[in-house]
This record gives sequence, C-alpha cells and structure tokens, in this order.
Amino acid sequence: MASSPEELKISVAEYRRLAAGEKPAPLLLRNALTAFVSGGAICLLGQAIQNSYIAFGFPPAEAANPTVVTVIFLASLLTGLGLFDRLAGFTGAGTAVPVTGFANSLTAASLEFKKEGLVLGVGAKIFSLAGSVLLFGVVTAFVVGLFSALF
Amino acid sequence: MSARAGKQSILLDPVPFVASAAAVAGPLEGQGPLKGDFDLVYGDLRAGQKSFEAAERKMLQEACSLALEKGSFSLEQIDYFISGDLLNQITVSGYSAAALGRPYFGLYGACSTLALALSWGGILVAGGFAGSALAATASHHCSAERQFRYPTEYGFQRPEQAQWTVTGAAAAVISAAGGSPGITAITTGKVVDLGEKDSFSLGAAMAPAAASTLLMHFADLERNPDYYDLIVTGDLGRVGSQLLLALLSRSGYYPEQRYSDCGLMIYNPHFHEIGAGGSGCACSGVVVLGHLLRRMRQGELHKVLVVSTGALHSTTTLAQGESIPAVAHAVALEM
Repeated sequence: MASSPEELKISVAEYRRLAAGEKPAPLLLRNALTAFVSGGAICLLGQAIQNSYIAFGFPPAEAANPTVVTVIFLASLLTGLGLFDRLAGFTGAGTAVPVTGFANSLTAASLEFKKEGLVLGVGAKIFSLAGSVLLFGVVTAFVVGLFSALF
Repeated sequence: MSARAGKQSILLDPVPFVASAAAVAGPLEGQGPLKGDFDLVYGDLRAGQKSFEAAERKMLQEACSLALEKGSFSLEQIDYFISGDLLNQITVSGYSAAALGRPYFGLYGACSTLALALSWGGILVAGGFAGSALAATASHHCSAERQFRYPTEYGFQRPEQAQWTVTGAAAAVISAAGGSPGITAITTGKVVDLGEKDSFSLGAAMAPAAASTLLMHFADLERNPDYYDLIVTGDLGRVGSQLLLALLSRSGYYPEQRYSDCGLMIYNPHFHEIGAGGSGCACSGVVVLGHLLRRMRQGELHKVLVVSTGALHSTTTLAQGESIPAVAHAVALEM
C-alpha cells in the first residue's frame, strides 16, 4: 500500500508528479520511423523471397506458405545466434509485428527453457510469450469466420 | 560497546573491519571504466557453466575464495557466511553456502543486499558473536532478465529509464582483528512504497527509500552530507539519482558535490543498451568492494557512506497490479 514516511515531506501524489517529470519521454517519432523502415524492409525481403519461389515454379497463390516459413527460419536463426534481440532493440515494432516477432518469441522461450527439459521445459513454456497471440488469434478468427459464414 | 543511535542507526564499537574483499565481473562490466578494479573478469557470460544460474554461483564462489585468499583467511576462520542474491529462493547463495560448508545467514534485500550483508557482518563481529564473517552477493544479467522480465534472447525495445543488471559477484571478510576500512555505523532502512508500478522504472521506485534512509542517517547521527567524502547509492540510475537529490533538497540537503551512484559508474556511457545505468546486487557489490575500497586504501577517500537500494517486488505481485516496495540500507566505511 503506497504511503509516504514523514521524513520525506512529500505526498504520494506529489511524488508521482515529480517522478513523471524525471522519466524520459519515449521517443515516439523516432520509434515509429525506425519501425516503419525496418518493418517495411522485412516485408520487402518477404516479397523478394515470395517472387523467387514463384520463379522456381510455385503457383503464385501458394508461394506465401514457403515464404512465411523462410522468414520464420531466418528470425529463429538470428535469435539463436544472439543477434535478434540486439536488432529488435533498434527496430522495435518493425520486427515485433511481422512473423519475425512471433518466431523470436518462440525460439527465445525454447532456448531459455531447454535446460528445464524437453517436456516440462520446452514443451510447457515455448508459448509463454506467444500463447496469448495464439489464443486471441484463434478466437478472433473463429468469430470473424462465423460472421463471414452467416452474412 | 555498540550503541543505538536515534531511531534507525547503530554506532558499532569495537569497530569491525573490512579485512579483505574481492570483486569479479562479467564481460560488459570488464569493458567499463572500472575494469582495473576487478580481481577477475569473465570473458564469457556463462563462465564455462551450462546455465546462467550456474555461472552466477560460480562467480559468487570465486569472489568468496578470492576474498579469503587475499586476506590469508582459511575457511575455518569464517564463523558465518552471509549472502543474498536476486534469484528465487536465493539459490545462488544457498548453493554457495553448501559448497563453503560454513554456518549461513541467507538474506533477501534484492539489490540492497551488499549493505544488508555488511550490516549483519558488522553487527555479528562488533557484538562479539563472530571473529570473522564472510559477506557476499551476486547478480547476473541473464538470470535476472529471465526471472523478472523475458527470456534473454527475446527482442524488445527497452525504455530509456530501464537499467541493466550487473553480472558479477563481490565478497568481503569482516573481521574484528585489523584491516581497513572500518564499518563504523549502519542505518537500517524502512520499506517505502510511493506507488510506482513500472518494473522498468526501478530507480523511481527506490529513490524515496534511499532518501528516507539518508535523512534518518543524518538525523540519527547528527551528521550532514559534508561528513563524508562520498555518498554512494547502489543502483538508482540516472532517473532515480535525480529524484533522490530532489527529495533530499526538500529537507535542505544538497549533497550533489559528494554524491554518486554505482549504477552510473560501472558502464561506459556509450553502451546504449545500458539505459539509465547499472542495477542488481552486484552493482553496488563490485563498485564498492572493487573500486571504492581500492580508492579508500590508496588514501583518495576517507569516509564513504554506502546506501544500497533494493526493490522488493516479484513478478507475481506486479502482475497482480501491486506497486513496488523498496528499501535502502546505509553502511558508513571509514579509514
């Protein structure tokens, strides 16, 4: 329970204002710009990969699947090499929003919990970060699917 | 005979001494401005072990054996091992105590552990309950990150006010017989919670606790900041330090000239990942027992007040929407 000891001569509300003033404001514009550029670059890379699959003979409608797998592989590889977290420190939402962020959260969790065993470690904890994306993704897809089937 | 002073302090008499100390540090700390003051720098975050948790234990045990070796102490001379760390159930300390085989007091004070362990060591030795005690603490960036935040390889943007847990360990032999500096006074802090809930703003959560302990220390011992050559907080970082100075100024204290924070001393400022500074048990641990002790023994500093600061939350309390209680303990070191 928040309460201020006498010697500090400051109320909880007053301290909250003081602390808010000292905290650096998040660099919203810079973060938005780096996310836009890096996220765009990942999409561009994805498109290039997709075009190469089409050039190798994949039907255009199905080339998206191996593309996603390739991008997931690249993000997981960078995670395993210890480079993804440093990259994401700069790119922020640019790497978090595309499938790269999802891949990173799974790989990072598996690497971390590998030491706790295959079943109770990797198996139980691989979705510790990505679990809610899956759950709410599936629920949303179900609801949207229901609406599209009904109307 | 030791005497209670004021409301929260004790003047220790006979004065117990920091007879010997050692500090070991991880790779990033070993590239910082204090690299020359560490007894051992690990090039590898795993220190050759299979997990970060095992690496942290190895560092703590290494710091302990170096502290014993430097002061020519044998393990049998150590009446108590006093240690704490950040991991759940303070396992780093417990496992190390098993390896040392000495009677053990396990402490949890989060990042305030250094001052807490020095306080207990000082009390035991000054009270005549121990000839020598080994006080130690450790933290590891990766094990702390994984326990308190995310898996280590998870990528996210750290806010500017976030701090970086120091990888390393420090240990000191506190002894009745000889050495320097002495632990002359201690002030035990109250737990203070002014409602901060952001686990990336631990500096802001802990600054009021540091201010409370400092104000009580000055009042109890009728001292003002000028008494010390240096007043150093454990890991308030850039944001917390500014808040501490703002809180102290309300009571008429302006210690800017003789104040610093261990979290602002340990890293190269151009490591952008560090954010607002270092944190963790090892932050005040290695800075005080590595760097500041060397400067005291070389005569650059005579009186140093160490105020280690700790945040006493857990991931469960934060997830349940509770705010972050914090504590700070002060230990006066004098040559």
